[in-house]
Amino acid sequence: MRETKGYLDMELLRFTTAGSVDDGKSTLIGRLLYDSKAIFEDQMELLEETSNQRGEEGVNLALLTDGLRAEREQGITIDVAYRYFATPKRKFIIADTPGHIQYTRNMVTGASTANLALLLVDARHGVIEQTKRHAFIASLLQIPHIAVCINKMDLVGHSQKAFEKIKSEFEGFASKLEIKDVHFIPISALNGDNVVDRSKNMNWYEGSTLMHLLENIHIGSDQNHVDCRFPIQYVVRPQSPEFPDYRGYAGRIEGGVFKPGDQVTVLPSGFISKIKSIDTFNGEVTEAFSPMSVCITLEDNIDISRGDMLVRENNKPTVEQDIDVMICWMNEKKMIVGGKYTVRHTSQTARCIIKEVKYKMDINSLHRNEEDREIGLNDIGRITIRTTKPLFFDSYTRNRNTGSIVLVDEATNETVAAGMII
Amino acid sequence: MSSYNLTHLKELESEAIFILREVAAQFEKPVMLFSGGKDSIIMFHLARKAFHPGKIPFPLMHVDTGHNFPETIEFRDKLMVETGETLIVKYVKDSIDKGTAVEETGINASRNGLQTVTLLEGLEEGKYDCAMGGARRDEEKARAKERFFSHRDEFGQWDPKNQRPELWNLFNGRKKMGEHFRIFPISNWTEMDVWQYILQENIELPSLYFSHKREVINRDGVLLGKCDYIALKDTEKWEERTIRCRTIGDMTCTGVAESDADTLEKIIEEVATTRFTERGGRADDKRSEAAMEDRKKEGYF
Repeated sequence: MRETKGYLDMELLRFTTAGSVDDGKSTLIGRLLYDSKAIFEDQMELLEETSNQRGEEGVNLALLTDGLRAEREQGITIDVAYRYFATPKRKFIIADTPGHIQYTRNMVTGASTANLALLLVDARHGVIEQTKRHAFIASLLQIPHIAVCINKMDLVGHSQKAFEKIKSEFEGFASKLEIKDVHFIPISALNGDNVVDRSKNMNWYEGSTLMHLLENIHIGSDQNHVDCRFPIQYVVRPQSPEFPDYRGYAGRIEGGVFKPGDQVTVLPSGFISKIKSIDTFNGEVTEAFSPMSVCITLEDNIDISRGDMLVRENNKPTVEQDIDVMICWMNEKKMIVGGKYTVRHTSQTARCIIKEVKYKMDINSLHRNEEDREIGLNDIGRITIRTTKPLFFDSYTRNRNTGSIVLVDEATNETVAAGMII
Repeated sequence: MSSYNLTHLKELESEAIFILREVAAQFEKPVMLFSGGKDSIIMFHLARKAFHPGKIPFPLMHVDTGHNFPETIEFRDKLMVETGETLIVKYVKDSIDKGTAVEETGINASRNGLQTVTLLEGLEEGKYDCAMGGARRDEEKARAKERFFSHRDEFGQWDPKNQRPELWNLFNGRKKMGEHFRIFPISNWTEMDVWQYILQENIELPSLYFSHKREVINRDGVLLGKCDYIALKDTEKWEERTIRCRTIGDMTCTGVAESDADTLEKIIEEVATTRFTERGGRADDKRSEAAMEDRKKEGYF
């Protein structure tokens, strides 16, 4: 009974993993899922059966995440797979993506909502291109925490020297990136060393196990609780006998803390009003913060609609039409300079034109290529766009919610790019 | 836990509400699919929360195979009367009578697959451009890669290899005439989250979910409840067991589980310790390893 209650108090941590078939990623995820009882017996039986049929030795845990027929047939992962497990402390959502360069777009997708990136390094090979690529994407997408798991420690004799060498190698590379919080853990996913239980083979390691880190890392500050941002998503007007004049602004808090009585400024009109109430189905609340979905009513009857934003008079976002963006291109059709696209930003939709490409990023060497500026599938580059109307934004490093955009192709309606506002 | 941190249930709730509001804002004529199962009951509850104190700005639709547990239908009708929301019912039998769906024959005959036909007809008839469902990514591996906003072509088909990337909370619901979207607001919930949420919110459920006595047969390891739609083989006979449903679908293919769990607390204990997946009892998923993916491509939920 006490346990049931405990379950209601858990926090949610989203993390992303990237990697190829042989760095032990599947084994590690499989172990986290199995040890937290998120893999069931019937799934395990099916896996054993399928692995046998395919003539593989042991159980291939990749079959668990590679859900699509084409993936299983070709033994590859083509998409972001979401996996879930929970311990009494936290619920975890894993966005598992393939780590190869051609899947940059998937890594970016998985990273966009993550609190933590789990990077796997093979202790025998050290920091390789794939590790650098994933670290770069984690920094580009501003994932708040990084856990570098140096795996297969059993194959290097559990040597502290090997661990320290890779650690300093990574730190050397990471110094060029914007990475805030990095943890290094020597593990053996196969044997379970330092995954859930402390390793008896590596007494020299005094840090926490991977599971302990996942369960305890402080994520309360991952959201921006400073700059008040409330994009209006939907206007609630019941026009019912019970609520004849009710006009509520529904949306999700994307930054800061809002309270009834607070003075707010409406963008783009600039009108100033006061918050009358913050309503939810369960009653009024005394404060609302990111990522709460609420319905706000104001003291004054002013014209506000979807795409508008409530902010503070003395802390406004940038209001601009010319915007510098780091872009990750996600479509086979190349980006067209001078081309027009639809831009989605918070609850706003506008049109934009690509004005110029400043440089293209080589994500392996971090070199800024100013010669070849053609942006195609999986390319990352810095561009300038001009929008048909001003957007209300913050830099992505300041606020991931109000600093991100996607571009939509107007002919095919496909999402073609993800952008981080600089 | 710091004061500016939500519990996992609050965060999942907020995410689902955000998506429901996004649907209401981005689509002209959305509809929410309702089966009477726990996931669709939760979806209904979340929709009421999202638009409170207004009414839900879209109708609900039930694709009725005619093979439902009577308890489900009773519960569904009572819920609509109590909340005053709108429900449209589409009958698989109408599709069969029209000749657009053909009844399966044989000992394992089920109308479960035929729902797709009636569903697509219902969507076309009502000119709905978006159908919301309570599918969750943890249910089945083909669903682990489903988007929140899942695009369907003019035949209602899903192309898993050509899905739109989905980043942050920027959802792209743009489409051409005749195409539509399937939207899954509770994608990130697990079976455990659903039960915890039901307990936290004190949500009423059909009695089928709680332990009760029922006559069943054991067919290929799946326990099926007694009803007129199941023909017995010579070797089979009904016997009474103490069971409950973990999922609710058609009586012809919903396996029930032996259980003494008659309260929400006991069910949560059971879910926490069980070693078998929720859909493990679903005969419809057992037809082949990629059964769910194949049905989804054709337009199944």
